[in-house]
Amino acid sequence: MSPVLSLQGVTYRYPGADGDALRDVSLDVAPGEFVVLAGLSASGKSTVLRAAAGLVPHFHGGTFAGRAVVAGMDTREHGPGDLAAVAGTLFQDPETQSVMATVRAELAFPLENRGWPAGAVARGVEEVALALGIEALLDRPTPELSGGELQRVALGAALAGRPRIVLLDEPTSQLDPVAGDELVWLLRRLNEEWGTAVVLAEHRLERCLAHADRVVVLDDGAIACDAAPSDALAWAAERAPALQTPAARLFARAGLRPPPASVRDARATLRGHGLIDDDAVAVPPAAPAAKRRRSRDAALAFEHAWHELRGGRAILRGVDLVVEPGERVALMGRNGAGKSTLLRHAAGLLAPTRGRVRARGRVGLLLQSPGDYLVHERVGDEAPAAALAAVGLAGVVDRHPRDLSGGQRQRLALAIVMGGSEAPACLCLDEPTRGMDRAVKGELADRLHALDAAVVVATHDPEFAVAVAERVVLLADGRVIADGPAREVLSGGWYFATETARVLGGLGGALTPEEGAELLRDKLVTGVAP
Amino acid sequence: MFVRRASPLHAARATAGALFCIAGATLGGVVSNPMVTLAVGVAAFAMAASCGVGREVAGSLRLSIPLSVVLVIINVLVVRRGLTVFARLGEIPPFGQVDLTVEALVAGGLVALHVIAVMAWASVFARCVNPDGLLDAFRRLSFRSALSATLATRLVPVLTRDAERFAEAQRCRPDGAGGARGRVAVVRAVATGALDRALDVAATLEVRGYAVAGRPPRRRGARSRHDLALLAAAAALVAITVYAIAAGPGYDPYARLSPPAAGSSLLLSAAVLAVSLAPMADRRGIDL
Repeated sequence: MSPVLSLQGVTYRYPGADGDALRDVSLDVAPGEFVVLAGLSASGKSTVLRAAAGLVPHFHGGTFAGRAVVAGMDTREHGPGDLAAVAGTLFQDPETQSVMATVRAELAFPLENRGWPAGAVARGVEEVALALGIEALLDRPTPELSGGELQRVALGAALAGRPRIVLLDEPTSQLDPVAGDELVWLLRRLNEEWGTAVVLAEHRLERCLAHADRVVVLDDGAIACDAAPSDALAWAAERAPALQTPAARLFARAGLRPPPASVRDARATLRGHGLIDDDAVAVPPAAPAAKRRRSRDAALAFEHAWHELRGGRAILRGVDLVVEPGERVALMGRNGAGKSTLLRHAAGLLAPTRGRVRARGRVGLLLQSPGDYLVHERVGDEAPAAALAAVGLAGVVDRHPRDLSGGQRQRLALAIVMGGSEAPACLCLDEPTRGMDRAVKGELADRLHALDAAVVVATHDPEFAVAVAERVVLLADGRVIADGPAREVLSGGWYFATETARVLGGLGGALTPEEGAELLRDKLVTGVAP
Repeated sequence: MFVRRASPLHAARATAGALFCIAGATLGGVVSNPMVTLAVGVAAFAMAASCGVGREVAGSLRLSIPLSVVLVIINVLVVRRGLTVFARLGEIPPFGQVDLTVEALVAGGLVALHVIAVMAWASVFARCVNPDGLLDAFRRLSFRSALSATLATRLVPVLTRDAERFAEAQRCRPDGAGGARGRVAVVRAVATGALDRALDVAATLEVRGYAVAGRPPRRRGARSRHDLALLAAAAALVAITVYAIAAGPGYDPYARLSPPAAGSSLLLSAAVLAVSLAPMADRRGIDL
């Protein structure tokens, strides 16, 4: 069977760039195959997808060598418009992927562009809406949709013409974990039922490896590994530890093989070794009750804080929360639980409608998009020199802030909120790891550990919460439902638990692969449950 | 911006709704009888309330009233016509000898009334007529122009949200980049980001096959009761407009300050209200 996507010796350089974005990339994707593209930021994942969609070089320009063939169409002869008939494409940002005012029009747009008759367009819209479960959204205006809904609609527009391959560039990076997982499950279903080949670039490999047939790892524009998920994880253990999933790291450190592509695989292997017992899986522990803390000396204190919308619901409902000086706290909870609102109250962007919020000094707030802080033409104009030096950006003061990498931008935004004449008593961060690879997340965690100020991080990422905070506060419907040490809050749950804790079923309260591996090694050596 | 509600105007085809709104706005803009113009304005607000967008359309007054006040002032200061002087301001450069007349004041008020009525109908149009539906109709005439117009309007809410986020981030800066400097910084950042946003949207268009698009297919389908009611009402509004211009009770404050005949004005105003609001009475088949 001829491949639905074939890249042969593709080398590409963006206009004005110093180096090649792709170097001699050769890759075949068979019909119905599910391929995950992995790699650190700027490794070339997006460029591979753009080359397959014909945007490289037709839209971006630059220098292109080699050959890219999509469903028999050579991209040197066919542009993105022609390729759209056989390849659906989905980008990261849901907001810039809707071009029409309603969902129905959005789904119809690619079909009309292809000149389908009206009846076929109407049928195509109905079918794709049903397939993706968005039929209830059909007459909704696109500006009213949530990020997750908008991304599903964009996926619908990409799939409406029943393409033979769908190319997805980190489609879950702007979504919360639930919406992200749903999107990946949806892709698997479409892949199985329609036989559509999927090429998915993704940072959170643990989210998609279970569904993948193959993993292609890119490093500096070249293919470094092309193997089945388990083999790719084994390769990553040796060559690219930052790409390892927590479960794979747990296995590598415990000396177990093969590296698991999913929690289910991991548990099956451990069960085979007699290391876990499904009957003994811990039930989620009772939520630790918040200890009564004195708010007088606190870095930040919420005292029975409410936030009620005029004519709407209450976002915060009597929150009592005390953060001690130097303490690091992770705020977790599903979307709409009140995490962002709580942080905005802390920084004084919002005022409680009842109760009060007190801080011992200035509260710095780093919002979700670090780029929103950058308004000058020069890095050196954005923050004081000392603050830039503290985040390791002293060497780039003359560069334009928009030319920095994602991780550098975040460090710059951190320097902006940490700078100023008065050092903050508390630093709040709202979802700081969205769209970040594991290496950049690790850097950020280290940087936060080095601060003297109290730190409050709102995050959906349990691994990052454990890396940063010693205390976890769980919010639901504007109320604190659990408040305690990370080990107690994040070890026995299902959703609010690290991957290690899910693999081990809460065994010994291990949260990190290192802790879990130690427990497993002890068990392997002694045969005694720790 | 279009707001989705359960109303006959929302439920109708965009072309029918657009023709209806254009007919109403035209009537409000060209008929000189103040009572009829007032009725056109009242009809717009009543219609907006019945369509569930009363608050949004009332918001148009925030723009139209200050504009009207400016127009009245300019008219009174600039226009030299009229005999009933109510204030002599003497020599005022650059206007020269300024005598303020009641006729110019009334004429200015009449212009203001036209502005308020037309803007109210325009606001109803913007809130109740689905732009995608209009685009469908317009695309058959000029596909690329229609799409460019839609994209321009699509970028507005995206950039508005960007501006809100930028402004919030500026408030988080310890150097307090608030005030005029902060606003300038936000505007500059949004303008810079607009290019990136436009490029992203352009890339999306490319991968949706826009570059190879031909003339879109004609959509056929039965007209709903609301389509027919709005088209009939639009035709009736056009007829009223023609009658009002050709034979109706007109009004020129410079020729005669006293109001036109009350009977025929009232009759015409009642007709305007009845024709404009009648299509809103039928609430069948308007569910979201």
